Amino acid sequence: MRSDASRLGLYLLLAPILLWLTVLIILPHIGLFLVSISEKIGPREYETGFDNYAAFFTEPLYWRTFGRTAIMSILATVLTLLIGFPIAYYIAKLTKGRTKTTLFLMCMIPFWVSELVRTFGWMILLRETGVFSNLLQSLGLVSGPVEMLYNDAAIMVGLVYTSILFMVVPLVTTLDSLDDSLIEAGYDLGGTSTSILREIVIPHAMPGIVSGCIVVFMLSLGNYLTPILLGGKDSLWFTGMIYTQFITRFNWELGSAFGFLLLALSSLVVFAGLKLSGQSLSNTMGRS
Amino acid sequence: MITSIPQRAFTKWCYRAYVATFFVYLGLPLVVVCVFAFNNSVFPSLPWEGFTLAWFFGNEAPFIGVFNERAIMRSIGTSAFVAAWVSGLAVLVGTCNAFLFVRYNFKGKAFLYMLMLLPLIIPGVILGISILVFFSSVANTLEDATGMWFDGLRPGLPLVILGQFSFITTFATLVISARLQKFDPSLEEAALNLGASKWGAIRQITLPFLLPAIVASAVVAMLMSFENFNTTLMLVGSDSPLTITMFDKLKQGSTPVLNAVSLLLMVVSAILGLLSLLFQKKR
Repeated sequence: MRSDASRLGLYLLLAPILLWLTVLIILPHIGLFLVSISEKIGPREYETGFDNYAAFFTEPLYWRTFGRTAIMSILATVLTLLIGFPIAYYIAKLTKGRTKTTLFLMCMIPFWVSELVRTFGWMILLRETGVFSNLLQSLGLVSGPVEMLYNDAAIMVGLVYTSILFMVVPLVTTLDSLDDSLIEAGYDLGGTSTSILREIVIPHAMPGIVSGCIVVFMLSLGNYLTPILLGGKDSLWFTGMIYTQFITRFNWELGSAFGFLLLALSSLVVFAGLKLSGQSLSNTMGRS
Repeated sequence: MITSIPQRAFTKWCYRAYVATFFVYLGLPLVVVCVFAFNNSVFPSLPWEGFTLAWFFGNEAPFIGVFNERAIMRSIGTSAFVAAWVSGLAVLVGTCNAFLFVRYNFKGKAFLYMLMLLPLIIPGVILGISILVFFSSVANTLEDATGMWFDGLRPGLPLVILGQFSFITTFATLVISARLQKFDPSLEEAALNLGASKWGAIRQITLPFLLPAIVASAVVAMLMSFENFNTTLMLVGSDSPLTITMFDKLKQGSTPVLNAVSLLLMVVSAILGLLSLLFQKKR
């Protein structure tokens, strides 16, 4: 009787999650793949084939944008790690109590403000009539207005800004769990700051580094607003291309193929990252 | 703090300066957005033309304030509607998931848990287009078969709600599960021993214990729904939520109205964030 009730409970609880995952995650992705391998041969007539993928590989604009997006995302990930690591180390190891909590919460700022507002803020700072341009002019460093928007550096600033939180938070968590005495022991044994960083701190922080890098890479790869608004019209980003195929050109078949390629790239990188570091998805992401 | 390790004063100050610079980098864009909401000029840029509240309350062109800009007010309403639905659904399914993963053991649990985490690593644009493609093909098939129209499956608010719900549920599940794991099951057993029914014990003991996490996840879900862009962009129909309206305005050339909206958004999310912190502390 009791086990029957508990079995009924199990089925009742399984229903919503299965419904959610099947209808909103699994079936749509299968559908996306099916559309990506269908070719339009006439009005409302389709044939199965890999023409859309072939179109991607034969048109340099497509695969170059794909490559560019991937490389810029990797660069953004590396930069975020380099900028975020000292900050995380400072918060985790060199402060305590209220200062620590405050600094940690301050890192959350970009998360609490919508992506659009953040990007808008950078536009006000960087544009020709913007704050930086005016500041440089009033300091007498430049003679006329400078346009700092609409280039790759501006995109990079925006990407790092958007994702820094997802790097700092896991790093602080892992660094927090590193026992201070281990670092002291390193010094007692005559280690230098560099050797201690390399031999003790970084190996310990590895799970945090991996989970941070995965999330930052995925967010940069899938970003739409930052490249469009900060990079201007000539800056090509793969998500922008997907949008164009879907909404402007109404070529859903090619757009689906693009979407699937982007998904493949991001999953590949995530799983390579997990395998290389010996982490699992449940361990790194399940804790966030 | 590691105080036992000697550090040269110069290195220490360099480090501190770096940390300070970092926080300036973090705050600067938001500060300028707020400051320019009060600039008496039709562009959100220097020079400073004097203080004004016109971007909030103004009703004469070109100084039309947020509260008199119909498109923005309507889209705030749309966003609130979407956020309420998404947050309600996500909390409901998230609570069920938490009970499922914390209380039950069944075949394929680890696999299901991994599936549940997947929305975290799928780019938002992909979630959007896959839902768009799938529901459109379902609508096409149904329309061919029945000859009726299925507008709910076409881009529009129902799809926006489903699209946001598809990944926000994962966050709700994680937050609520974390709290449920800390629950002491003997409390529930005690209630059962005292004659409570299973459901009565959950309602009287477990759910009140979970309430802080439920409220927190509802607030986070609402904020995430309000600020979501990538998924929403692909699924939006004729009624657009706030972020989409702002994006359209930004593309046309920005006016300081956007600064005013942004400032209001920041204030509201700060208040919501503080409230949920206070609420958690009280418990």
